[in-house]
Order: sequence, then structure tokens, then C-alpha cells
Amino acid sequence: MEKLKYERPVINKINAGVTDKFGMGHKIPIIQELEGNKISDLTNKYGSPLFVISEKKIRDKYNTAKQAFTTRYPKVQFAWSYKTNYLNAVCKVFHSEGSWAEVVSGFEYDKAIENGVDGKNIIFNGPDKSIADLTKAIKNGSYIHIDHFDELFDIIKLTETVSEKPKVAIRVNMDTGIYPKWDRFGFNYENGEAWNALNRIMLSGKLELVGLHTHIGTYIMAPEAYGVAASKLADLAINVDKKFNHKIKYIDMGGGFASDNTLKGAYLPGKDTCPSFDDYADSITNALINSNLDTQNLPTLILETGRALIDDAGDVIATVLANKRLADGRRSTIIDIGVNMLFTSFWYDHEIYPTKQTGSHSEDTTIFGPLCMNIDVVRSAIKFPLIQKNDNVVIKRVGAYNMTQWMQFITMRPKIILIDTKGESHIIRENETGQTLTAMEKTPTHLT
Amino acid sequence: MKIKESIAISESGFMFDPSTGDSFSLNQTGKEILAFLKSGKSEEEIKEIMIEKYEIDNFTLEHNFYDFMEMLKTFNVLTAE
Repeated sequence: MEKLKYERPVINKINAGVTDKFGMGHKIPIIQELEGNKISDLTNKYGSPLFVISEKKIRDKYNTAKQAFTTRYPKVQFAWSYKTNYLNAVCKVFHSEGSWAEVVSGFEYDKAIENGVDGKNIIFNGPDKSIADLTKAIKNGSYIHIDHFDELFDIIKLTETVSEKPKVAIRVNMDTGIYPKWDRFGFNYENGEAWNALNRIMLSGKLELVGLHTHIGTYIMAPEAYGVAASKLADLAINVDKKFNHKIKYIDMGGGFASDNTLKGAYLPGKDTCPSFDDYADSITNALINSNLDTQNLPTLILETGRALIDDAGDVIATVLANKRLADGRRSTIIDIGVNMLFTSFWYDHEIYPTKQTGSHSEDTTIFGPLCMNIDVVRSAIKFPLIQKNDNVVIKRVGAYNMTQWMQFITMRPKIILIDTKGESHIIRENETGQTLTAMEKTPTHLT
Repeated sequence: MKIKESIAISESGFMFDPSTGDSFSLNQTGKEILAFLKSGKSEEEIKEIMIEKYEIDNFTLEHNFYDFMEMLKTFNVLTAE
């Protein structure tokens, strides 16, 4: 007699409570393949855990964003935010679509140059730019976004030794009606510091003021805040024109657009509540078009959005190491990727999916990573089907920040692959080995 | 271990404990195990039947069976022998 398909026995207590007003079922969909590649084939070939990036999703998302802005404003330029994901392959996909590079350190600046980006298409942000970094950026004709007065004076001083005229913008922080109000970067609008910095730049005569920049925050759910910010930058540009008869070439609205991930504590899923690119584009372009900017010389609108462009394109495949019961009877599942490699699980309730067909039953589950640390919680509470040891799961939307902010701890960081637009997979970052780490260590001779 | 005699299990896997008023849902294998326990079969007998009937190895079943029995204890549906 042929044996029946097995599902491990489970009992769930039925709690009478308020009815789910959305009538959503608890049956979790399964993900059996990524961009045409079977999950089991990928783990057999590359191991687990495994970060998987979809080139198609990057390009599709980029073009959706581009269309939202270019259909509303005549001059638009995207600059890829390196810190969000600076894998060379990822950066090159964005550059091939026409994105400039937006970097925040000397390391990122050099990476952009190595990726073939023309220095004139690099935006240099951030509070940490060494004299050597600034000199290089000035010589390459890059756009330096000044963060503080010390940096402004450094650049003015550098003009004594560097023949090229520095192209600069200032970063402006401001009240846009949202909380938290970021004020640690750049010069403040409301207290007049930004205007003071612009006057100093113009009166020095040694710098070319090319742009105005802001970055109002991160994961901003209120598109109207961008409208407020764009209006304030437009006012600064108009005032510079009035006082110095000087046209600002670009207004850079930074990044901070939300992705479809769900923030911890959010009542509804991010994919149902996050603004679309059209919402952000509406708010920003309306503010610029309705301002008193000279319509014959409208500044280019630069966007440095990172998270919203790359988050969806990254998934991670993980493997179940064990299932166990917590003291209160809740199920816990331990997987082979933890918070050290999935930094974003600190602030997102990541969507996690099984990769095999399961029954209709599920259990309240806590998903832990493999670290020997109590904080290693990937999902604190999720209705999850009855998966077994060695089964795979797929964690969605991990493309932003994880592959730049991850840290090696206890185990090695895994491979990252890119699946191209034809469905072919390519390793774009090798996994670490013990040797990767020990190669950097030195042992004093008396301990050898 | 035995199941409380008063426990009622429907064909669809709905279980009711009249002594506490608690209700539970069971999947197919959970429902079968409970029915066997209720009929007086020993744990070893039940495991043998499950191995015979389902595509499952001894080790996995042992682990899952232990886990399931622990849940029955947690939900207070067992009585002492």
C-alpha cells in the first residue's frame, strides 16, 4: 500500500476574540523558485544561507521610479545610493540604467570610480571627508555636498593648492512637519545657518555653488514632507538668484522613500500602506513647479533613493536548523541566518515563506537565528506552517542595507548571487572562510 | 498518558474540552493520534501505526510525537494514568 504524505501532528488552541476585520486567512503562500530558479537547486549549488538579488526587479523598479518623476518634471537625474547596497554588480546595474553615484565616504568614492563612474557624475555626501578625499573629488569635478562649516573652510583653504574650482552644494536640514526631525546633517534652514553658508560660499568667490541638497529622514511615510522640503530648497535657490544673480543647477531631494517592508508595530502591511513613487513624485514636482523658480532655467531634480529601489530585489534563502518549544508552549524555529546578517530584522517584520507545500495548519511561531545570543530574533511572532528541520524558507525584501551593514560573528558571511534578466545565476560575492578572517590577524612572536 | 474521557473530537479536527470550555483545532495526524489515545492505544502502538501509514522516518516521528504530547500536556487535555 502506498504511504500517505505526512504532516507533523499539531494542536492549536482556538482563542475567541475580535474577528479579523480583513478576513485574511492564515494560509501562507509558498515560494518554490526565485526568477525561475528552484530554491533547492540554488541551495544545492551555492549553499545556505544564500542572498539572491534579481537584476530584473532592480531594473523594473528603477524604471517605475524614473517614469514617475520624468513624466512630471523635465529634468530628472537618479544617483545610486552606494551605502544601501554597494556590491559592484548591483551598482553597475543602476549605472547601466543611467544612475550617477551617491557616496558618503572615501571608500565608496573610490568604489564608484572603480565602477567606471565619471567623477563629474559622483555626488559626495556625508560628514566624513578627509582632505585627501576632498582633493580627489575637486580634481575629478565631483559634486561635494558640504555638511558643516569646518568642511566649508577646508574646501576654501584647498583652493589655495588645487587649481580646479570646487563644485559644491550644501546639505540643508529643516522642519518638514515630520518626526523625528533630522538636524545632525548639514545646515539648518529655519535658524538661517543654511542661508549663511550659501552667502559665505558665494562671497568667497572660490567655489562654484551648483546645488542644494536635503535628506529629510528615512522610511518617510508622508510624501507631503518632501513637498515642504522642496519648497524650502526652491526658496533658497530663488534667494541666491536674487542676491547674487546665480542660478542653482540642481536640487537634490536625497532619499528616504519607504519600501514595501512592514515596520515593527505597524498595524497594516507595508505593501498596503507605503506611498508609491507617484505619490512622492507628485509632492516634490508640484512644489518645484508651483514655486517661483525661473521656468526657463529649472534646476535638475536629483534623487538619491536607495531602499525603495533595491529592497524588493533582494531575498535570502535560509534553512531550518531546529524546531523546539518555548516554556509557554509556543513553537520556535531556528534558522541558519541571524540578526548579524539580517540587520533589518531589528526594525522590520520581514515576510518569511516556506518553500514546500504544507497543510492548512500553522502555529504561532518565533523565528530565531543561529547566534548564541538572546537578541537573535528574526521574527518574534508569525503564524507559520509546520515545517521540519532542513526545510528552506525565503525571507523577502532584504536588498537594502543588509549587505552593507552585516557583520561577521561566529559564522561566516554567505555567498550573494545575482540572477540576471535571462534567469542565469552568478556569484557576485563569495562566502567568507576561516582564512578570510585569520589572514588579517597577527600573533605576537612570544605567543607563537 | 490518557486523554480526558470527556474530550470530544469532530471529524474535521475540532476538539472541545467541556471541563475547561477550551476548544482546539487539530490537523489530520494530530486528530488520528488523539483518537488512538482516546481508544486506549499505547504510544508505541500509535507510532507503529503512523510509520506504517505515512511517509515518515522513525527519528522525525519520534521528535514530532514527543513535541505533540508536550503540547497536549501544556493544553491540559491529558490525565495521569
